[in-house]
Amino acid sequence: MRAALIWLAVLVLSAVPVVLSLASPLLQWRDPVYIAAGATGVLAMALMPLQPLLATGRLPGLGGFRGRRLHRIIGALLLLCLLLHVAGLWITSPPDVIDVFLLRSPTPFSTWGLLAMVALLLSAAITALRKPLRLRWRLWRVAHLGLAAVVIGGTVAHALLIEGTMEPVSKALLSLWLTAAFAGSLAAPLRHRASARRQG
Amino acid sequence: MPDTRFPRRTLLAASGAAALLAASGLVVPARAKGLAPTPTMRGGANNYRPGAPIVERIGGGGFWMSGSVRRAGDGAPLPGQRIQIWAHTTEGHERDWHSHGATLTDADGLFRLEMPQIVPAFGQAHGHLAYEGDGFKTVFLRPLMASPKDTSLEAHFVLEPA
Repeated sequence: MRAALIWLAVLVLSAVPVVLSLASPLLQWRDPVYIAAGATGVLAMALMPLQPLLATGRLPGLGGFRGRRLHRIIGALLLLCLLLHVAGLWITSPPDVIDVFLLRSPTPFSTWGLLAMVALLLSAAITALRKPLRLRWRLWRVAHLGLAAVVIGGTVAHALLIEGTMEPVSKALLSLWLTAAFAGSLAAPLRHRASARRQG
Repeated sequence: MPDTRFPRRTLLAASGAAALLAASGLVVPARAKGLAPTPTMRGGANNYRPGAPIVERIGGGGFWMSGSVRRAGDGAPLPGQRIQIWAHTTEGHERDWHSHGATLTDADGLFRLEMPQIVPAFGQAHGHLAYEGDGFKTVFLRPLMASPKDTSLEAHFVLEPA
């Protein structure tokens, strides 16, 4: 019963903002590439709250190794979403995206998005290179969590400042949900992480 | 015998202070400051299509873009100046040719062009305008709409001779 309620809450908190953004009236005036570019951004943000919960084994039925394996799969999905998001925006309006990369965009939210993008790429890089570079686990973990905080902060600021397809109330709730999931996992009892480490 | 020392000292002090003030530049003589030229806005030139044709109306219309064009310095209205207008609207993306159109300012330096409703794109409901001509330096504007429900938007140019 408790497990079912947790899953229901997770599903509602993450899925509702996505569904509402896919029902946005703005979509009728956008071509499929631009729609996909926006939707992949929203999807990435909705997947993010799962990450800290999976890493700390908080989701019922997905503790330990299974949770961390799904954490890696979702991490890869986030990279794919990021790629499609930027590529779709680039196709839709190349000069607007170039302005963002050159830090001369008129819209501050895009710079927050850029910050989140860089942090996500760095996080993926240190994770992929952890074994080849023989990064100490403790060092990797601190870097990964620091970068995750930047990804989440950047994503929330990016999303909140945009006047786009996301419905405002569900967007604010998703921002809260994402921040709370991350902050709550940081405060998770150390033994959770210690046991996760032994099994990993 | 009238005591003239005090008035004399006051006169010296006052004239000294006046000379200091004038030299310091804190007080400047009244002169025509002049109207400063409008700077190009960030992102204003994005998806600009040089030479987009002069049109009666962009697409089906329903939304009004208007504004004025004046000369820097004296602020004289500039008639016959070509202004290109484009935006993401209900009828197309910014990059689409049919989203672009140009118009000329009237005798009072004012312009007004009907276009389709602007809708939010790339995170903001905004329009684009360009002054395109030989007499003055090119200026690109990117005004924001206070609300995406607005059915008009204004932008004003003050141009600097090229």
